[in-house]
Amino acid sequence: MSQPIIHPTGGFAGTVHLRVPGEIDVSHGVILYLEEVSVSFDALRALNKLSLTIEDGELRCIIGPNGAGKTTMMDVITGKTKPDSGVVFLGQNIDLTRLDEPRIAQAGIGRKFQKPTVFEYHSVWENLELAMKADKRWFRSLVSRLTSDVHDKIEETLKMTRLESFATRDAGELSHGQKQLLEIGMLLMQQPRLLLLDEPAAGMSDQETAQLAELLNVLRSHCSMMVVEHDMDFVAALSGATGKVTVMAEGSVIADGTLDQVKRNEQVIESYLGR
Amino acid sequence: MSVVTEIQPLALPSRQPILSRPAWQILILIVIAIGVLVPLCSLVIPEENPLHLSAYAMTLVGKIMCYAIAALALDLVWGYCGILSLGHGLFFALGGYMMGMYLMRSIGLDGVYHSNLPDFMVFLDWKSLPWYWQGTDRFPYAALLVILLPGLLAWIFGFFAFRSRVKGVYLSIITQALTFATMLLFYRNETGFGGNNGFTDFKRILGFPIWAAGTRTGLFLLTFAALVGSFIVCRIIVTSKFGRVVMAIRDTESRLMFLGYNPLGYKLFVWTFSAVLCGIGGALYVPQVGIINPSEMSPGNSIEMAIWVAIGGRGTLIGPIIGAFIVNGAKSFLTASLSDYWLFFLGALFIVVPLWLPHGVVGLFKKLVRRS
Repeated sequence: MSQPIIHPTGGFAGTVHLRVPGEIDVSHGVILYLEEVSVSFDALRALNKLSLTIEDGELRCIIGPNGAGKTTMMDVITGKTKPDSGVVFLGQNIDLTRLDEPRIAQAGIGRKFQKPTVFEYHSVWENLELAMKADKRWFRSLVSRLTSDVHDKIEETLKMTRLESFATRDAGELSHGQKQLLEIGMLLMQQPRLLLLDEPAAGMSDQETAQLAELLNVLRSHCSMMVVEHDMDFVAALSGATGKVTVMAEGSVIADGTLDQVKRNEQVIESYLGR
Repeated sequence: MSVVTEIQPLALPSRQPILSRPAWQILILIVIAIGVLVPLCSLVIPEENPLHLSAYAMTLVGKIMCYAIAALALDLVWGYCGILSLGHGLFFALGGYMMGMYLMRSIGLDGVYHSNLPDFMVFLDWKSLPWYWQGTDRFPYAALLVILLPGLLAWIFGFFAFRSRVKGVYLSIITQALTFATMLLFYRNETGFGGNNGFTDFKRILGFPIWAAGTRTGLFLLTFAALVGSFIVCRIIVTSKFGRVVMAIRDTESRLMFLGYNPLGYKLFVWTFSAVLCGIGGALYVPQVGIINPSEMSPGNSIEMAIWVAIGGRGTLIGPIIGAFIVNGAKSFLTASLSDYWLFFLGALFIVVPLWLPHGVVGLFKKLVRRS
């Protein structure tokens, strides 16, 4: 592991923090910090000086029209896309622009994709095993054994996602909604500090959506979350009356506040809701 | 009326079994049968007896077992990790060449020119051994080279290819180019590996006359042991968590990276291990067939290996062994009786297998078992 890079403004308060290398420093309460992030694909400006901070323990919903740059933002945070300019920090000490995808995941960022992506030819329990927080270097995997701790953890997660009776089935045999649940289960096993969810409720039945909301509430106590969503009812259910909602358009943030506040924002109505 | 479904408590083994119990039993039976019958039929039973195992048959099966080791190695990277190498013939040939160097040095003064140097060097009017031939008269060093050279080349190639995230067809083409370029290099006399004639006319191995029935039997049994050993080691790899990660790389690499796995180390290990296995196969091949030349590195050979794997069944380990036997058995039969039709047969396999046998012979077998 490379040493985490110390942010130039990290010590601005004049206080001295005891830093453990590799651990996320959230002593100022911020888990994710984006400043003036820009990404261009040829002529297209996908992100235009995007600035955003997420508090530790917060659940933040991000809404915006298609092409607003939401997925690109997720790609930048998870290391899939390198920004052209700008600052991306996890906590105060981990510079995400310098790490690759596996390291960012190890640092504590989990990601759930729009389409449920599970390992179709692995059984359900193997999916959970792969996701579990552990030493993930190749020589460790070669000698790794399924200890009773891991076994218990897998069982517990199976119970929580109601997939117990599918444990030894191939994940490819699950329904769309069950795959979504399995993916949430995998994230529970991964124990991220910050979880990015890209349209988690897409393509789910009402019952499955309700179950998902319930599971997300379980996850909520474990990590901070950033949810990109189109379904307004789902956003309302997640953020409640006081939760913060951020509206993105054309690669930057145009408004944030509670759902009611942003719904009344004229710029938002013009660019998104009014259409 | 509600149906109460009893949920069985999850009982996962701490490690997946390497082989199922019946599979172990079958394997042990085969090992005992081969270990007893082959020496008996080749050495004890006289030549006139129809049960006698001829040197020809033993060499043929021994050769195919070497191919089976290579097929197993290729399946490990292709069937399990999704890396289609069309250059595994290179690692096979390199292993063979390293063994060939030892065999050439073992000829001693018995060559055509009665020189301490291998014949082709005398022919080229070289006065001393090139530096890389030093020490190759010692078997342990040559055996080390058999493992090191293919392994090192594979590691270096793999490091740059996988780090740059070269995948799929592009990687296949580069591996093909690699074996082709090396073949051209080995065709040159100046390279010091006997040019297009390669190495041949071996006399002895570890002091034993190489064509004696006892030596042939020994080589056969050694090859068989290597094949069984390779199979078991490959099973150990694919039934471990490592194996599950590697299969996940094959299916959805990006997802795996977001779980915190760096595919580089995993790919490099299977790739390098596979190359080493292939090199061992090649090293056992050369003393049995008695020749190694650069045509072993021709692109066609590597492609043929992929056919063995595909016909037998990718991602099954037993499949490639079966595939190597079916294709090479058919090849030696057809080239002997209907030599003009071999390539047509190979071409037909190319069409039939992807269309009707996507999971190979093993896949077909599994399907039939499930149906009955």
